[in-house]
Amino acid sequence: MYIFVAGVILRAIVRGGESAGSRHMNTHLVYLDNAATSWPKPPDVAEAMTRFLAEVGANPGRAGHRLANESARIVYDTREAVAALFNAGDPLRVVFTRNATEAINLALKGLLDKGDHAVTTGVEHNSVMRPLRALQERGVELSVASCSPHGFVDPDAVAKAVKPGTRLIAVTHASNVVGSIAPVREIGTIARGKGLCLLIDAAQTAGALDIDMQRDNIDLLAFTGHKSLYGPMGTGGLVFGPRIDISRIEPLTRGGTGSRSEQETQPAFAPDKYESGTPNVVGLAGLLAGVRWVRARGVEHIRRNEMVLTQQCIDGLRAIDGVTVYGGLDAARQTATVSFCVAGVSVSELGLALDEDFGILCRVGLHCAPVAHRTMGTFPGGTVRFSMGAFNTKRDIDAALSAVARLAVGAGA
Amino acid sequence: MRPDNSVVLVHSTSHAIKAEKLMRRAGIDCKLIPVPRKLSSDCGICIRFAARDKSRAALVLAKGGIETEGIHDLAR
Ligand SMILES: Cc1ncc(COP(=O)(O)O)c(C=O)c1O
Repeated sequence: MYIFVAGVILRAIVRGGESAGSRHMNTHLVYLDNAATSWPKPPDVAEAMTRFLAEVGANPGRAGHRLANESARIVYDTREAVAALFNAGDPLRVVFTRNATEAINLALKGLLDKGDHAVTTGVEHNSVMRPLRALQERGVELSVASCSPHGFVDPDAVAKAVKPGTRLIAVTHASNVVGSIAPVREIGTIARGKGLCLLIDAAQTAGALDIDMQRDNIDLLAFTGHKSLYGPMGTGGLVFGPRIDISRIEPLTRGGTGSRSEQETQPAFAPDKYESGTPNVVGLAGLLAGVRWVRARGVEHIRRNEMVLTQQCIDGLRAIDGVTVYGGLDAARQTATVSFCVAGVSVSELGLALDEDFGILCRVGLHCAPVAHRTMGTFPGGTVRFSMGAFNTKRDIDAALSAVARLAVGAGA
Repeated sequence: MRPDNSVVLVHSTSHAIKAEKLMRRAGIDCKLIPVPRKLSSDCGICIRFAARDKSRAALVLAKGGIETEGIHDLAR
């Protein structure tokens, strides 16, 4: 990663780059903000996007000429790769969106009507909570199953929240704040047993953890392309499992699809029902390269390395006086995301010092998940979040730990 | 007059690409072309293949879960 970063900086200098670039000339930047978006990306991703723009470029399926067909093949191959990664079944039930947020909105607003009851949890991201709160104002009933202070979803609490009229259980696969992994299989069994839909927000886990929609009874899987699938921003999707009757799910937008052009009403079949307008094919070309890279490297392999770094990070932080680490403190039960605080110093000051003085890039605050911080008792102050990815090394964690140790001493902790 | 080519019409571009893949995998030579206007006013694409492969194509697509909107002979 050092060489990659140095390359970027070198280019900035060669181009007479601004001071922002050269200021870091001798700094080893450590990127620990992979839960926000993964970086760097595998080189294949930029190459695939460049190739699409330079050599294909056409609007998929709007014309029928060879470049349009090639463009449509890239989109379809991406559906196929995503469906295979999640053991989803039919690639035509992979619907692309701008990101996980749009996919979650599609699932929630498309499925829930006035009078329906939905169950969610106390560690959700606002991309789940805000649309649910808005639906609540329009007559959807909502229960929030409480979680442990370490951020773990309790399947019994979820089961107890179910009542007559419940249609949906919406759960984040892993918290973006503490990384705690939800017992998806158990919740899937509950949902299946009661005939309910299960929506999983896999923004933090798609590509990072093994996901099998059929084995785990996941009906709707929302994913984002730019995190652990290593694709570009602006990509994501909603995968419909075989039990979902799409005639019961309304689209968010309607418009041109290149199909059924003689009709003035929206097509009734997937994916066209949910994909109006020209898709982000340059982004999908990058996502395809990212998913292929993840599959070639192996989710298991990536996960093993991230677990080692995560445990190193947790143990190292806990050894520093004045530092409180949140969550289960066990890498096997969380993603590569670690949240902590340092006594006597605000998280915003810490974030700024980590960046400016040490070149450690992370995210501080509430991480768009106020309910998760309430669950952990860190609301409204928030936490510092280190999140690792496939390109981080032990040395990166060493550097981050020694920076925190110096800041903690400075704070008089 | 014997038709040389047939086309199969499907719901959408995504279905057409899936159909093309299934047919190629089964060894059926085929090509994506714009839907002939006389068959449909739809502006999408369909799959052209040799008329002699008609029954095989129908089988492959049915097995692959592709609902077709008809297989038509293209008169020359
Ligand atoms: C748990 C969780 N859900 C949803 C999202 C939303 O993802 P996106 O910003 O790609 O829409 C994120 C990340 O931002 C997340 O961490």
